[in-house]
Amino acid sequence: MSEEITQALQQTCLYQEHLALGAKMSPFAGFMMPIQYSSITQEHLAVRQKVGMFDVSHMGEIFVEGPQAEEFVNWIFTNEIRGFQGGKVLYGMMCYPEGGVVDDLLVYREFEPEHFLLVVNAANIDKDFAWIREKVKGFNCTVRNESPDWGQIAVQGPEAEKTVMEVLGYKEAANLGFYEYCNVEYKGKRLILSRTGYTGEDGFELYTTPENTVEIWKRLLAAGVEPCGLGCRDTLRFEAGLPLYGDELSADISPVMAGLGMFCKYDKDFIGKEALLDQKAGNVAKKLVGIEIEDKAIPRAGYPVELEDGTEVGVVTTGYHSISLDKSICFALVNKDCSALDTPLWVRIRKKTFPGKVVKKRFYQTNYKK
Amino acid sequence: MSKILEGLKYSESHEWVKAEGDIAVVGVSDFAQEEMGDITYVDLPEVDDEVTAGEEFGALESVKASSDLISPVSGTVVEVNADLEDAPEKVNEDAFGNWIIKVKMSDPSELDALLDAAAYKALIGE
Repeated sequence: MSEEITQALQQTCLYQEHLALGAKMSPFAGFMMPIQYSSITQEHLAVRQKVGMFDVSHMGEIFVEGPQAEEFVNWIFTNEIRGFQGGKVLYGMMCYPEGGVVDDLLVYREFEPEHFLLVVNAANIDKDFAWIREKVKGFNCTVRNESPDWGQIAVQGPEAEKTVMEVLGYKEAANLGFYEYCNVEYKGKRLILSRTGYTGEDGFELYTTPENTVEIWKRLLAAGVEPCGLGCRDTLRFEAGLPLYGDELSADISPVMAGLGMFCKYDKDFIGKEALLDQKAGNVAKKLVGIEIEDKAIPRAGYPVELEDGTEVGVVTTGYHSISLDKSICFALVNKDCSALDTPLWVRIRKKTFPGKVVKKRFYQTNYKK
Repeated sequence: MSKILEGLKYSESHEWVKAEGDIAVVGVSDFAQEEMGDITYVDLPEVDDEVTAGEEFGALESVKASSDLISPVSGTVVEVNADLEDAPEKVNEDAFGNWIIKVKMSDPSELDALLDAAAYKALIGE
């Protein structure tokens, strides 16, 4: 048995709710998580057309505070946090000196000076916290991993704002722009109401205590909000062109390779800057692209990408028959000279190859709040 | 709880077979379609393709995963259910009513090695 299987799986605070709903459960990132409740297609469409909710309590919450917190976070984070105000959220990465990615994450600038919240991927909490603790040496600030103390629900879809306002009574929701948050209370405990998400739709992420999370989940469910599993979380983020750590970003796939250079700011110093600048200047072998193929066959992670003559030039990282677009599309990591838009490429699916071409990675027109 | 039809033969890889003379009509079980979730693509063989008992002859794709179709018998494909190319979801709607291929069996005694309804029911734990 592999080590992965023998390690005890964790449960989120909503585990019993998932069982009660009859969810298909599966291990993900060390947690036993719901993959689907009804069907991936139905849940996917609920988020695109109305509103759905996800248990994302497995995500990690790391707090950085102290006189040099801003300086420290800006040193480990690729994006520029100086000059952005309390109540704002920024997406970016933590990189290794070689340019590979430790994790992609959200940085919340709190309203108190020199207070930050870093929200990281569940699979990477231990690795990230070890990395942060190592790098913080010499900086005058503290770091705390509070992941087990926080539950999190993502409410996503065109009716998300209405839902948060009417079902939960948070009128503040209307005033938040995309990637902004505010602090409210639920039962006297802090609730971070954040206009963020991972679906390509407008939506909110609600961070609060595990007890509050269970109560809020039940209230949303009673109000008719569709419970959505990790299955459609992946189809939704994929259509919206959003990367998943482990598939499109990793220690071997840098932000420059993944086409996420806009989240790296080079007029400051940060870990990995030199390597990324070098890659940006052209010293990079692979690029992440979108490919659309002319068939209903589905390109899956690991399938080879070829030229017409059968030369292998890359590999699929994520692929689906897109639910919103009714097309077979994938992300693939391919040789740089094959990465220009409209380049003809073939994907090998079992015994056959299917012709396709390079397209923009944002397959679906996102609907974020302006 | 998934449906199991009496009178059919089943493979351990969740295909069903209905023998009509030396023709085997092959589909997947209700249990299989339930496990897979929404089926979005059926990769069919071509008429006249040779298939071998225990070997892959095509695939079903759900949103999340691909699952090989394993032939329960050996022989030659005489017909494929082309309706499934445009409407793969029919397998979800009625797994027994929507066959996938028909095979002219080269060795009908292979049917004896397959499970009957009771044995299949035991296999899937229902």
